[in-house]
Amino acid sequence: MGKRSLAFNKELAAKILFALSASAAIIAVGLICVFLFVQGLPAIWNIGVINFLTGTVWQPTWNPPLYGILPMIVGSLYVMAGAILFGVPIGIFAAVFMAKFCPRPIYKVLKLAINLLAGIPSVVYGYFGMVILVPFVRENFGGNGNSILTASILLGMMILPTIISISESAIRAISSEIYEGAVALGASHERATFRVVLPAAKSGVMASIILGIGRAVGETMAVRMVAGNQAILRMPHEFLSGARTLTANVVLELGDAYGDHRAALIATGVVLFVFIMLINALFSMLKKKDGV
Amino acid sequence: MAKTNKFSLKNVDLWYNNFQALKNINMNIPSNEITAFIGPSGCGKSTLIKSMNRMNDLVEGCKITGSIMLDDESIHGHIDVNALRKRVGMVFQKPNPFPMSIFDNIAYGPRTHGIKSKFKLNDIVEKSLRDAAIWDELKDRLKKSALSLSGGQQQRLCIARALSVQPDVLLMDEPTSALDPISTAKIEELVINLKKDYTIVIVTHNMQQAVRISDNTGFFLLGEMIEYGDTQQIFSAPSDKRTEDYITGRFG
Ligand SMILES: Nc1ncnc2c1ncn2[C@@H]1O[C@H](COP(=O)(O)OP(=O)(O)OP(=O)(O)O)[C@@H](O)[C@H]1O
Ligand SMILES: [Mg+2]
Repeated sequence: MGKRSLAFNKELAAKILFALSASAAIIAVGLICVFLFVQGLPAIWNIGVINFLTGTVWQPTWNPPLYGILPMIVGSLYVMAGAILFGVPIGIFAAVFMAKFCPRPIYKVLKLAINLLAGIPSVVYGYFGMVILVPFVRENFGGNGNSILTASILLGMMILPTIISISESAIRAISSEIYEGAVALGASHERATFRVVLPAAKSGVMASIILGIGRAVGETMAVRMVAGNQAILRMPHEFLSGARTLTANVVLELGDAYGDHRAALIATGVVLFVFIMLINALFSMLKKKDGV
Repeated sequence: MAKTNKFSLKNVDLWYNNFQALKNINMNIPSNEITAFIGPSGCGKSTLIKSMNRMNDLVEGCKITGSIMLDDESIHGHIDVNALRKRVGMVFQKPNPFPMSIFDNIAYGPRTHGIKSKFKLNDIVEKSLRDAAIWDELKDRLKKSALSLSGGQQQRLCIARALSVQPDVLLMDEPTSALDPISTAKIEELVINLKKDYTIVIVTHNMQQAVRISDNTGFFLLGEMIEYGDTQQIFSAPSDKRTEDYITGRFG
């Protein structure tokens, strides 16, 4: 074999290796999709789409069993909305502060703290929530502390690093010429920042929020540890009561579920999957609008 | 009629950290005239124009000494820097419209200075766009994004935006260097028309432009003002050899 063909073979091998690695991700997504839909869709079909999605009672052990996941859909939405309520304003203000107001030494400390926050495993967040937040909410707001409110605060904290770091780079990416244009009209630093620079960065800020929401919806462990997990349809004013999210529903019961019950849990996963897909679609729509 | 001076600069020195970018600048800038700054790249024209509305304050490590008087009042004294910048507007080399609607671009300045009435804002937007000779082109698309305009339109929009807060002075740093000849001609005509209401200081690399529009010209070299006077005089009979070399193109 000549030197040339050896080199050629090496190149080919490398190409195949790269292609395989790249397709691994696609194959993984594909497999998850197929698995979820093959196992989940028949269950949804059997229960009935309407019964499944709008049923308000989840009682797999009753005879006949009831598989309504509306309480979990609503639970997920509440916790998500709560996380947005806490995480988004704080995250955006923190990002503005870091990009436009922060003295350098403080910046370094903040950046470090935020990177750390991003790296903390969710079970540790959950533990923090159980030990600190649950008693805090119990003593200051009432209820037993395992509640929608607690989960919202905790998730709000968990999405902060995502929102802060992506928003901060979006704000930094706005050219200083625009800022100077505002200042040259007699605008103060604050006004130029909040009325010109921040709006100019809005698609990046929106992207950070959506990614944060994606994280909030998919989060399982920490939420499960502080949310109370009752599969009961809650009204908005019951934010001090517990609720169960879609993710918690799966993880709580999958261990000892068989037959229809198991299929209904996988179907819960399907709904969650569709949720996340919608959020991602929203994200890429925004990105496209921005022309990135 | 005796000339009144809008700006008068005395012994102005400016440093960027240890680098001295302006050396002992002394000059008076007459009201309602067009004053051009010319000189090779890096000689300090932008630095000088930016010290007149204190945009240099934004530059870390920038230090200025000497006195700059605006209508006999020091711009480094009691005057609030935002109030100064309202009086001394600026148009930048590269058009820098805000990424918002044409209307909001113009309304931003007046809103900043407390005007809320929709009616008044409408008025100001129309007047500013008319003064910048771009009303007819834009009046039907005020809600459109300013970024959808051509470069020349964007620059005239930026001029309108500068006019929206009713300044006394307009500082223009190479406002046409990024534009085509037709847009340039429009802006030159516009600048000449604005002279009756505003004092204009313009930086330019284009000698013909300085001759066409300015009343006074200052020639700068390595941070020093070499020669300053009547534009016709400077271009027909410069008193300094270096000025002559520069305007005849015999210069690096
Ligand atoms: N922010 C800054 N920090 C340090 N040095 C600077 C800064 N801005 C300008 N300078 C220096 O000051 C000198 C004058 O710069 P300035 O921008 O005023 O020149 P200019 O005459 O406007 O040039 P040009 O015609 O290229 O625009 C240059 O040597 C430049 O390198
Ligand atoms: Mg310059």
